[in-house]
Amino acid sequence: MAEANYRELSINGLWKNNPAIVQLLGLCPLLAVTGSVVNAIGLGLATVFVLVTSNTAVSIIRNITSDTVRLPAFVMIIASAVTCIELLMQAFAYELYQILGIFLPLITTNCVILGRADGFARKNPIAPAFYDGFIMGVGFMVVLVVLGAMRELAGTGALFANMDLLFGPSAASWKLVVFSNYNDFLLAILPPGAFIFTGLLIAGKNLIDARIKARQDALREKPVKGAKRVRVTGTIS
Amino acid sequence: MSLMRVTSPHAHGPLSTARVMQTVLLACIPGVAALTWFFGAGTLVNIAWACIVGLASEALALKLRKRPLGPYLTDYSALVTATLLAIAMPAYAPWWLILVGVSFSIIIAKHLYGGLGYNPFNPAMVGYVVLLISFPVEMTSWAAPRGVNAVEVPGLLEALTLCFAPNSIDAVTMATPLDLLKQNSTLTETVLRQQNPQFGRWAGVGWEWASLGFLAGGLWMLYKRIYTWHAPVAMLASLALIATLFHDGGSADSTGSALFHLLSGGAMFGAFFIITDPVSSAVSNRGRLVFGAAIGVLVFLIRCFGNYPDAVAFAVLIMNFAAPFIDYYTQPQTYGYGKSSQTIASDRSETS
Repeated sequence: MAEANYRELSINGLWKNNPAIVQLLGLCPLLAVTGSVVNAIGLGLATVFVLVTSNTAVSIIRNITSDTVRLPAFVMIIASAVTCIELLMQAFAYELYQILGIFLPLITTNCVILGRADGFARKNPIAPAFYDGFIMGVGFMVVLVVLGAMRELAGTGALFANMDLLFGPSAASWKLVVFSNYNDFLLAILPPGAFIFTGLLIAGKNLIDARIKARQDALREKPVKGAKRVRVTGTIS
Repeated sequence: MSLMRVTSPHAHGPLSTARVMQTVLLACIPGVAALTWFFGAGTLVNIAWACIVGLASEALALKLRKRPLGPYLTDYSALVTATLLAIAMPAYAPWWLILVGVSFSIIIAKHLYGGLGYNPFNPAMVGYVVLLISFPVEMTSWAAPRGVNAVEVPGLLEALTLCFAPNSIDAVTMATPLDLLKQNSTLTETVLRQQNPQFGRWAGVGWEWASLGFLAGGLWMLYKRIYTWHAPVAMLASLALIATLFHDGGSADSTGSALFHLLSGGAMFGAFFIITDPVSSAVSNRGRLVFGAAIGVLVFLIRCFGNYPDAVAFAVLIMNFAAPFIDYYTQPQTYGYGKSSQTIASDRSETS
């Protein structure tokens, strides 16, 4: 393996190969629990934890597992990590644990985690695997939180409600009422809202990518005017 | 001696998009008139405000998509979507409800899918369902019809106030006959009808006449050959058939007679104005029969066993999903490929 390029890993995880809006992996939690910011942060943190643990563990055992049994082994590791985070959440954020419900154990089946374990950690040393898990998790979590914020704002007209579920009683006052006297727009909080807002996020990302590409193209190609020679191959420079 | 030969292209009346859409708008008039007579000017205010919002949303979407404004704004398609949605909504809906619904219909259900002719779902019904799911209270508070409990229907000024300053005055609202029949579990149908004055001769006061108005408008459009008879007739026939099969003669568990279902809620309006949308329905005549019949059955099932009082919008959206599937199985045979040529076709497939 070549020397790991952390800068490239970061760009991949956060933008170019973002697990949520480019690879479209782990859509189930993405769509199901992003009804509010606090749910999104809770599930995002859990996913980051599981990704980092499983990537590191998979990388440690990468040379002693045979190819034929690797997938069951990876799933066992992931399931153990998920059980850990589930117990931790039960202990420290019980109400959030109840709200997230089935989607916490379902992290086991989140394709992002198995995908990174099989696609990256299996072939790379521990340090890059650890970093890749972390940055992919953060990329996933950022999308979760942005989506949660959009849906909470459109759905209830407020932001950061019930943050005390995660950050203790002092966070109860973080709630930010953006529109007062707002009729709850239930669609945004229900699953269709998740699809619509995810679509808008993807469209937004594609738009930004297209802008960046157009700008780079404009910088690169400088058309030469008034070239006298006739050439049919290549560009005249 | 006449040397004139009639060959193709044969002259025919110009049936442009704008012309079709105009006809649809004109065909709404009898139904809207009935709604206005029985429920007051609310429907008119709804339509006017919805058309303004519709045109504005269309212009915005066209501008964002860098399309020419002129031809698309003058083809009346945005006006038709807005008008149909406004008719389907309860009279005296607050302004923001219409704003959200119409802009959602035009921008998301129509233009995000590629604009006129590319939308897989009926835009007006998408807007309606979005509103019904998001704001169930506002979307199910129907005004009381004229003449029931000596209700005076609101005039134009009152309707405008109710629309643009929703909380300033109270409108008299009333459960619709469909609601009553659904929630009833103790009274027989006859007693229920006697106790609740909003039941009319066949269905509900006002509703039945509005439905007949939409039926008249629909028949006129059939006469003008805006669409074929297949989808509406199939829908109404299947709705009547299944309602008759389930009707138990009026006990407390009664689901209502066929006539009641045909003239209640949005059945007629849906049959002639919604499911005949050429874009989102099935394409072939046989396909339209299946499409309409399935909608009729779904309307009955959702009305009687679902959670929402009326079902046309949901049924239409489900079948819009299914329209490509129906098209796949009801593809008309190419002329000349009859039964006798099937052996040739199978021979050909074997050799290839």
